[in-house]
Amino acid sequence: MTLLEQFRLWLATILPGWEWLAYVVPAIVGIVVILGFVLTMVIVFIWYERRLLGRFQIRLGPNRLGPEGVFQPIATAVKILLKEDVVPEKGDKVLHWLAPVIVFVPVLMIFAVVPFGERAILADLNVGIVYVVAISSISVVGIYAAGWASNNKYALISALRTVAQMVSYELPLILAIVGVVLMAGSLSMTQIVASQDIPFFILQPLGFVIFFLGTLAELNRCPFDLLEADSEIVAGYHIEYSGMKFAMFYLGEYGHALAYSCIIATLFLGGWQGPLLPPIMWLVIKALVVFSTIVWIRGTLPRLRVDQLMAFAWKGLLPMAIINLFMIAAEVLWLPETMLWIMGAVNLILAAGLILMWSKLFTLGGGRVEV
Amino acid sequence: MFDIIFWVLAAVAVGAALAVVLLRDIFRAALSLVLLFLTVAGIYVTLYADFLAVVQVLIYVGAISILIIVAIMLTREVWHGNPPGRLRIPALIVCLLLAVTLIFTVMSTQWLVSGESPKTPTTMAIGEGLFGRGGFLLPVEITAVLLLAAVLGAIVLIREK
Repeated sequence: MTLLEQFRLWLATILPGWEWLAYVVPAIVGIVVILGFVLTMVIVFIWYERRLLGRFQIRLGPNRLGPEGVFQPIATAVKILLKEDVVPEKGDKVLHWLAPVIVFVPVLMIFAVVPFGERAILADLNVGIVYVVAISSISVVGIYAAGWASNNKYALISALRTVAQMVSYELPLILAIVGVVLMAGSLSMTQIVASQDIPFFILQPLGFVIFFLGTLAELNRCPFDLLEADSEIVAGYHIEYSGMKFAMFYLGEYGHALAYSCIIATLFLGGWQGPLLPPIMWLVIKALVVFSTIVWIRGTLPRLRVDQLMAFAWKGLLPMAIINLFMIAAEVLWLPETMLWIMGAVNLILAAGLILMWSKLFTLGGGRVEV
Repeated sequence: MFDIIFWVLAAVAVGAALAVVLLRDIFRAALSLVLLFLTVAGIYVTLYADFLAVVQVLIYVGAISILIIVAIMLTREVWHGNPPGRLRIPALIVCLLLAVTLIFTVMSTQWLVSGESPKTPTTMAIGEGLFGRGGFLLPVEITAVLLLAAVLGAIVLIREK
């Protein structure tokens, strides 16, 4: 039973006859808590990324406002909110207004199934992880609407690139999730965390790598940030956005990064499990580790071209994900449960072999992908 | 409680469906279709069909409507909107007849109502039904082969040369 359900039952006992209130109040409390968590963490993430990226590029990053520049994101937010809201004359005004909402709401909805502790989860759905995949596919519609409503060719190109990218990378992402589900024996996020006595990134390293790369593409993060490639299509789908609406996109982007960091931590790094510290601290620490890796990759790798992006998804990640899935299914079926460490070792060797083989297939020199 | 939710969702669904047909702007029509799919998913949730609801969002919103939107974006001269058709009145009559038939069928059928409470982990029952002994394994596999054939056919059709 989750904490919220307990709260609801307690309310129902002290307020007899007000049954609907016992449903509404816990829901609102849960939403406010989640919203507070997301907004705080997004501000922390923005500051953290800018500082960390500064270190990677041998500069300081924002360090003037407050100790170590912690108030910089707040100043940025205030600046963005005070800007004039420009709407394109020939654009579709209603859709232009609606698009940031369609992008941002699904991001918040993902957090409903992120377990922050053994019973601290907003809704313990028994289809938890499928819900995450389904909900995050809605925000693509918002990016489309933004690209279309802006009446701008760069925005439209960016929207079209989104399709190609999201549709391609969703497949290896889901196949990697199926590996986790097979091993945990449940779709529920709480069950997935509970079944990780050994974190799944040790047991299925290849699945972890595939899921991580797929996540980078879903988040439109470097090296897959083609849809906002500043040097070619200026800023992509949010080129015609300013003020509050741009802030919504910005918030949505970092909220998405936070959501997927939490989900990687939940699926592969053992979620809230950990010694000494309270569960929520462990989840936040793991999410921060994942986010640091994302920033590290952003600071290190150059951006892929469209054909390289497609080739990497369809010829690289997808076959590897299918082989990984078959291996895990065979191991879950035939290996006894006591031999988990052998499973981990076999999968590690398999992952190393496959990655080496596939890296031979892609020769990136000379600016062309030869497969 | 469920009654109120159902009627709100139903009203939104019918409104969205009408918007899909009536809107001149074809992109807005596509977005209304997305809203329609979401409300249908909401109705599934009120029926305790959680897996069905999530799959509805995943497939219809995440895949099919995006396919429709891509098709719209790649269509030439699409910003002129939907041209007015000459067959409006006949189409209206046919649709009304169809709607009356459907409503009549639904109202006049004696629906079997089960007294059992809904299964709570639905996923296990669905998995057993699809892949377990005496389940629908053969139809599932045939559907998979059919979809693969459709994909290959699409590739063959658009291939140059």
